[in-house]
Amino acid sequence: MAARNELGRHGEQLAAAYLQAEGMTIIERNWRCRYGEIDIIAEDGPNLVVVEVKTRSSSSHGTALESVRPAKLARLRVLAARWLAGQPRVFAGVRVDVIALERFAGDFSLRHVRGAS
Amino acid sequence: MAVARTRSVTLVGVTGRTVEVEADVGNGMAGIHLIGLPDTALSEARERVRSAVVNSRYPWPDARITVSLFPASLPKRGSQFDLAIAVAILGAAGFVPAERVAGPFFLGELGLDGRLRPVRGVLPAVLGAAEHPEVTVVVPAANAAEAALVPDVKVVPVADLRQLVEWLRRGDDPPRHPVQDAPSPPRSAAVPTVDLADVVGQPVARRALEVCAAGNHNLWMLGPPGTGKTLLAERLPTLLPRLHLDHALEVTAIHSVAGVLPPDSPTIDRPPFVSPHHTATAAAIIGGGSTVVRPGAVSLAHRGVLFMDEAPEFPRHVLDSLRQPLESGKVTVARSAGSVTFPARFILVLAANPCPCAQPQDQSGGCQCTPTLRRRYLGRLSGPLLDRIDMKVTVARSSRRELMADRQFVETSATVAARVLLARERAAARFDGTPWRTNAEIPSSALHTRFRPSEAAMKPITTCLDSGTLSARGLDRVVRVAWTLTDLAGKDRPDEAETSAALALWLGMSG
Repeated sequence: MAARNELGRHGEQLAAAYLQAEGMTIIERNWRCRYGEIDIIAEDGPNLVVVEVKTRSSSSHGTALESVRPAKLARLRVLAARWLAGQPRVFAGVRVDVIALERFAGDFSLRHVRGAS
Repeated sequence: MAVARTRSVTLVGVTGRTVEVEADVGNGMAGIHLIGLPDTALSEARERVRSAVVNSRYPWPDARITVSLFPASLPKRGSQFDLAIAVAILGAAGFVPAERVAGPFFLGELGLDGRLRPVRGVLPAVLGAAEHPEVTVVVPAANAAEAALVPDVKVVPVADLRQLVEWLRRGDDPPRHPVQDAPSPPRSAAVPTVDLADVVGQPVARRALEVCAAGNHNLWMLGPPGTGKTLLAERLPTLLPRLHLDHALEVTAIHSVAGVLPPDSPTIDRPPFVSPHHTATAAAIIGGGSTVVRPGAVSLAHRGVLFMDEAPEFPRHVLDSLRQPLESGKVTVARSAGSVTFPARFILVLAANPCPCAQPQDQSGGCQCTPTLRRRYLGRLSGPLLDRIDMKVTVARSSRRELMADRQFVETSATVAARVLLARERAAARFDGTPWRTNAEIPSSALHTRFRPSEAAMKPITTCLDSGTLSARGLDRVVRVAWTLTDLAGKDRPDEAETSAALALWLGMSG
């Protein structure tokens, strides 16, 4: 269990670094409410980006990307609305992104899907 | 990322229509989307294709895959698109060269292990693909013999997905496959086990059967049980010649669509004999189905014999639904998915008991049926239907002496079939340059111009027309039978002898 948490946390760390390198600003990480958790909340120009980070140690049980189902994406949109409700700021738009990481030969491969639907 | 395109065939009735299959492997959440009016069996292709690709040890693209089937408005059904979908996805993902998959047609259902399973309707599908010039069709190995019947098409049989992908990657030499050099040795050996010589005591009915076979005429046999009506009808196919190649392909295509093609014989070259039970519904007889419209008994009997035993027991609307195919040689089934036309040119043979109790009607007092009951029973065969029956014969119970006497006159099927063949050849020679091959096919217009018997010969028929016992259609049918009798007699034009005999057969007075 601990190893898995460790893997996930490491993945989120990598994802956050990647998003910053892409020119986004991280607003918050691991925001929780009673309905769930948003891994990363970021700002991409005028838009709010809600990012789901999925990390897998290998693709032997399916790939990381395909493990994110439409129901999960829908829940993220609801969570984004709840987070916004507690904010004074206004954004031009809201986007849900998925970052899929897979461990591959000691390193990680990263795939970023913008505007997942 | 990439798009690959390939082709397959969908069936509308027994006609194949080209369907283009496009796959797009691109950005987005991983998953596979199938668009273009798929039915349930086709939607499940997603799971089959994925498992087949993964279990053939090819990488499944971890991306958004969109598969589209064109034309989008044409409803597509069945599992024969599996192979085309798999190949299009592998082409879009770059595992096989996209330009190699664009040309051929792909047909086949995939097993989860990547094995290629046979599908129904391969023959008409390949016929549909053959409309394109210089075409290559990839089919499951189990359907190879059926697909190879179509001329001018390069058929590539494959056993599984791996074999196919290797072939597409490697180049032009087609994959190795179990060679089927001799596709047809055993198929005809087992056919005729019944013989006309088995039926003793019904000389008139045997003669009627011969006429029936020679001219493709319809026949009604009326008589008490045990007199050999069923026996006679079952022997009709033994009198008919083998089907010509074009007819054999038509018949095989229909059976292939219905999924009733015997696996060991790729072509049906014997006239089929179809004998539906009297509980059959109109859909079973005519063809039907809610989404997939399947051919019914009339189409399965195409170029063969449709035998309806205990005809009055059939529901009336089922019997009357035969009227359209009897007249036009085809049947159109309309459903919400669209209307489909199947060929249905068959010899109709009806058999009926004179009354529901079917007891002997002689002095022994077996039959208790009232005249009203008996009239009502046979009345279920409607006038318009009987008007389309060329010959009506009564088969009576024979005494022992009659049976003994007739025994020396019985002929084998081979003897009668030789006469039938001769008569059919005479008719075919007469029809040289026309699309017709048998007397039953002569259209009314030609019957009254080129093929009108002399006035003297027409006299008995016109008398009946004047007195009202014969309808205009009945007249046409009598003349057609007269031509067949002429062919059997080896004459050039019908005389009064033939027309009166034909009239007697039509009126059912020769019993």
